[in-house]
Amino acid sequence: MNIAEHFPALVIVIPLLFALITWLAGLINRAFCWVIALTITFLCFLMSFSILNTVMHTGRISYHMGAWEPPWGIEYAIDYLNGFVLVVVSFIAFIVTLYSRKSVGLEIDEEKSPAFYSLYMLLFTGLMGMTITGDIFNLYVFIEITSLSGYALIAIGRRRNSLMASFNYLILGTIAATFILIGIGYLYMVTGSLNMADLREKLPPLYHSRVVLTAFGFFTVGLSLKLALFPLHIWLPNAYTYAPSVVSAIMAATSTKVGAYAMLRILFTVFKVEFDLNVVPVTKILLVLSCIAIIAGSILAISQTNIKRMLAYSSVGQIGYIVLGTTMANQTAMTGSIIHILNHALMKGTLFLVAGCVVYKTGIEDISGLKGMGQKMPFSMAAFTVGALSMVGVPLTVGFISKWYLATGALKAGMWFILPIILISSLLSAIYFWRIIEGIYFAPAVSSQHSEVSTYRSLDHHNPHPVSRSRDDAPPGMLIPTLILAGLCIFFGIAAYIPVSVAEKAANMLLGGT
Amino acid sequence: MVEIVHSAAPVCAIGVSLVAVILMLISKGYPNLREFWTIGASILKFSIVVSMLPTILDGKVIEYSLYSILPGLDIKFRVDPMGIFFALTASFLWIITSFYSIGYMRALKEHAQTRYFSFFAIALSATMGVAFSANLFTTFLFYELITLSTFPLVAHTETPEAIKSSRRYIAYLLGTSIAFQLSAIFLTYNATGTLEFSNHGILAGKAPDMLLIIIFILFMAGITKAAMMPFHSWLPAAMVAPTPVSALLHAVAVVKTGVFVLLKVILFVFGVDLLSKLGVGTALAYFASFTIIVASFIALRQDNLKLRLAYSTISQLSYVVLAVALLTPGGITASVMHIIIHAFGKITLFFAAGAIYVATRKTNISELNGIGKQMPLTMAAFTIGVLSMIGVPPAAGFISKWYMISGSIEARQIPFIIVIAASTILNACYFLPIVYTAYFKRHDNEIYNEEWRMLNKGYGMINLNSEVRIKEAPPLMVVSLILTAIGTLVLFFWPSLFLELARMVVGGVI
Repeated sequence: MNIAEHFPALVIVIPLLFALITWLAGLINRAFCWVIALTITFLCFLMSFSILNTVMHTGRISYHMGAWEPPWGIEYAIDYLNGFVLVVVSFIAFIVTLYSRKSVGLEIDEEKSPAFYSLYMLLFTGLMGMTITGDIFNLYVFIEITSLSGYALIAIGRRRNSLMASFNYLILGTIAATFILIGIGYLYMVTGSLNMADLREKLPPLYHSRVVLTAFGFFTVGLSLKLALFPLHIWLPNAYTYAPSVVSAIMAATSTKVGAYAMLRILFTVFKVEFDLNVVPVTKILLVLSCIAIIAGSILAISQTNIKRMLAYSSVGQIGYIVLGTTMANQTAMTGSIIHILNHALMKGTLFLVAGCVVYKTGIEDISGLKGMGQKMPFSMAAFTVGALSMVGVPLTVGFISKWYLATGALKAGMWFILPIILISSLLSAIYFWRIIEGIYFAPAVSSQHSEVSTYRSLDHHNPHPVSRSRDDAPPGMLIPTLILAGLCIFFGIAAYIPVSVAEKAANMLLGGT
Repeated sequence: MVEIVHSAAPVCAIGVSLVAVILMLISKGYPNLREFWTIGASILKFSIVVSMLPTILDGKVIEYSLYSILPGLDIKFRVDPMGIFFALTASFLWIITSFYSIGYMRALKEHAQTRYFSFFAIALSATMGVAFSANLFTTFLFYELITLSTFPLVAHTETPEAIKSSRRYIAYLLGTSIAFQLSAIFLTYNATGTLEFSNHGILAGKAPDMLLIIIFILFMAGITKAAMMPFHSWLPAAMVAPTPVSALLHAVAVVKTGVFVLLKVILFVFGVDLLSKLGVGTALAYFASFTIIVASFIALRQDNLKLRLAYSTISQLSYVVLAVALLTPGGITASVMHIIIHAFGKITLFFAAGAIYVATRKTNISELNGIGKQMPLTMAAFTIGVLSMIGVPPAAGFISKWYMISGSIEARQIPFIIVIAASTILNACYFLPIVYTAYFKRHDNEIYNEEWRMLNKGYGMINLNSEVRIKEAPPLMVVSLILTAIGTLVLFFWPSLFLELARMVVGGVI
C-alpha cells in the first residue's frame, strides 16, 4: 500500500491529532509546542505539494474516507483549485509558525503558549479541511473548527480589546455558520445528498425550486460574512487589529482566502455557472459588492493610524479583488481571482509579519512608529517596501500579475468600468502605503517618550530599546520568514507562469471546461 | 525587412550600473573607491552603447528577449536608431555628470552620498531600459523604476520642504502612470493582443476610432514625465533636489524619457498614418503650443534660477511634442534632434546654476549682479547654453528650430510657426536678462568699493576691500560644464551622426 495515496486524509488527521498532542507536550516542556507545530505544518506542506503534483499529472483525486463510497461517505476531492489552495495555506502556515516563536513569547502569556499552539493547529486543520473536503456538511464542520479556534486565538492576547473583537466575530461568525448550515439543510432536503459532485448532477432540474433558491441565498450571505465581503466585513478590522501579530498574519493570509475558496466551490461546483448567470443574478450582485469593497476598503485604509487596522481594511479591499474576478465568469478574470488567493496571501502575510517585527522591537503599532525605521530595521523595512509596492501593483511583483489578469479579463468581458475601479484602488493603495514608506526612509525617528501608543511596554520583561538610528533589526527567527515571503512576492511576480499554469487550469475547470 | 542581430549588449548596458550599485554599497566607507565605481560604470555604459552604434548605422536592429513573465508580458529589448540616439545622449552626459556630482557633493559635504550615487546609477539603468525597450510593458516597467529610483534623489535633503515636494513628485508621476498609462496599456493589449512596438503602429484598424482617441488621450495624460500641462507641476517641485540631479535627471534622463516614450507611442503604437487619419496630431500640437507659451510666461516671473530653468524645460519639452505631432519628416527629425540638443544646452545651464550655488550660495537671479566677472568660465558656458535655448547659431538650438519650422511648413500649419517664433522671443526675454545681469550689472563688491571710495575721497584712504576676485566652483564642476557647452557648439557644426540617426527614424516610420 502506497502511503502517498492517503495524503489527503493525513493532511487533516495529523494536525488534528497533534493539536491535542501539542498541548500535552506543552505540559512537559513548553518549548516542545513550537517544534511540533513547525514539524507538522512543514509535513503538511510537503504532503499538499505532493497532492498538487499528483493532481497536475493525473487529474482529480477522490479519496473516500473510511472507504465509504460517495455520495454516502465523506469524499475528499482534490482538483486543480483546492490542490493549489492547500499548498498556499500549508505553506503560509509553515512560514508563520517559523516566525511565531519569538512573537508568541512576547505577545502571549507564557502559560498560555501550549494552548496557543494547540488552537493554532486546530485552526490549521480547519482551514485545510475546508479546502480539501468534497462534502458540504463536512465543509460546515471544518468551518466551525476554523471559527471556534479563530475566536479563541483572537482573544488569547493580553489586551482587553481583543476580547470584544473576538466576541463580535463570534456573533457574526455564528450567524454565518448558521446560515451555511441552513443552506446545507435545504439542499439535503430536496436532493438527499451532501456530496458536492453529486449535488452538481442532482440540482439542475431543481434550479427554480424555491427551496434551492433559498438555500443558495443562505450560502451566499453566510460565506460573504466568512470571507468579510463588504458590507459584511465589520468583524474583520477589530479582529485583525487586536489579535496577536501571528494570529493576524495567519488569518489575514489564509482564512479569508479559504472563505473565498469555499464561495467559489458553492458558486461554481455545487451550482453550475449557468445557474449563477441565468437563474439568479448572483454574479451581478457580487460584482457590485466587490467593486464597492475594493474602493471602500482602500478609502477606509487611508484614514487609519494603526498599522494592523490599516492592513485589515486593505484586506477588505483585496477580498473584493478575489470576488470580483469570479463574478465575470470568464477564464482570464477567474485566473486572476485564483492567482490573487496566492498573491494576496504572500503580500499581506509579508506586511503583517513586518508589523509583528516592529511590535516585537518597539512595541509600537501606530503608523507614526515606523518613522525613521529604515535605518534601524533595514531588512524588515525592505520587506515592507516590497509588500507595499506589490500591493500597489508595480510590475515584477505579484500584485501586478493579479491586476493584469483582472483588468484584461474585465476588458475581455466587455466590462470596461472595472478598469477604473482597479486602477483607482491601486492609486489609493499607493497613497496609504507611500505615506508609510516615506516615513520609514525620510523622516526622523520618533523618540521613545512620544510613543504613547506603545502597547506592550509596561507588560514586558523585554525592555524595549530606545528608538535610535542604530541598526537593531528583528531577530533572525522572525526576519527570515518575513524575508522569504517578501522574496516570493518578487519571485512569483517574475516566475508568474508557475502559479498561473495551475490557476488557469483551475479556472477552466470551474467554468465548466474539462 | 530590417535585419535583426541578437545580442545581449543592451542588457549589459542596462545592467552595468546595477552591478555598480552593489559595488558602491560594498565600498560604502571608502568614498574614492565608491566614486571610482560610478565613473567606471558610466564610462563602461557609454562604451557599450557606442559599440552598438555601427550595427545600427548599418541599418540593422539589435534584439534581445530577456524573459517572458506571461504571454504578452515580455521583457524584451530592441535597439533601433531612436533608442540608440537617446541612449547615447543619456549615457554620455552621465559620464560628465558623474564628475560634476563628485565635485558638487564634496564641495557641499552633503550627507547620504552613497544613497545618492546608488540611486543615481539605478535611475540611469532604468533610462537605458526605456531607451532599449521593445514593447510597452518593458517601457512601463522601466518608466516606473525611474520614478521610484529618483524619489530618494528628490527627497535627498530630507527637509520638510523636500519631503513635501517629493510627495508631489511621486504623486504626479506614479499616480498618472498607474491611472492613465496603465489603463491605456490594458486597452491597447485588449484591442491588439500585443504590446510590441512596430514601425507602422499596432493599433491601426484594431478598434473603433472613438476608442483609439480615448487610448491616445490616456497615453498622453499618462506619460507625465513629458511635463505637458496640466501635469507639469512635479518638475518645478523636483528642483529641491541637488543640482546634479536637476541637471541630468530633470533636464535629461527623466523628462527625456517622457518625451521619448511619447514619441514611441505616437510613432510605434499608433503610427503616423493612423494619427493623421484620426486628426489628433493637430490637437496634440495645439496642446503642446499652449504649454510652450504658458510655461515661458511663468518662467519670466521666476526669480529662482533653477525654477526658471525648470519652466524653460517644460516649455522646451513641448517643442519635442509639438514637432512630432506635426507628423511630417521635418517635424519628426526636429523632435528627435531636440532631445539631444536641449539635453546639452539645459544641462550646461543647470551645471552653471549649481556652480554658482557652490561658489557663492546664491540661488536667485536678482543676486547675480556682476557674477560674470567673478565666474567668467561658468558664465561663458551659461551664455552658450542660453544661445542654444533661444536658437541662435552657432549653438545647436538653431538646428532643431530650423527643422521644426520646415516641419510646420510641410504640414501646412502656419500657426505653429507663429508659436515657435513667439516662444523664441519669450526664451530671449527670460534668458537674456540673466546674461545681462551677470555681465553688465555691477557686482555688489564693486558697488561697495565705489561707496567706500566716495566716502573716503577727502581722506586719502585707499580702498581696503575686495576687488571682484575670480572665484569659480571646484575644477571638476567647471570642467564638466565647459565640456557640455562645447558639446552644444559641436552639435551645431557636426550634427551629421545624429541627423543620420534621425533620418533613419523618419525612414522607418513614414
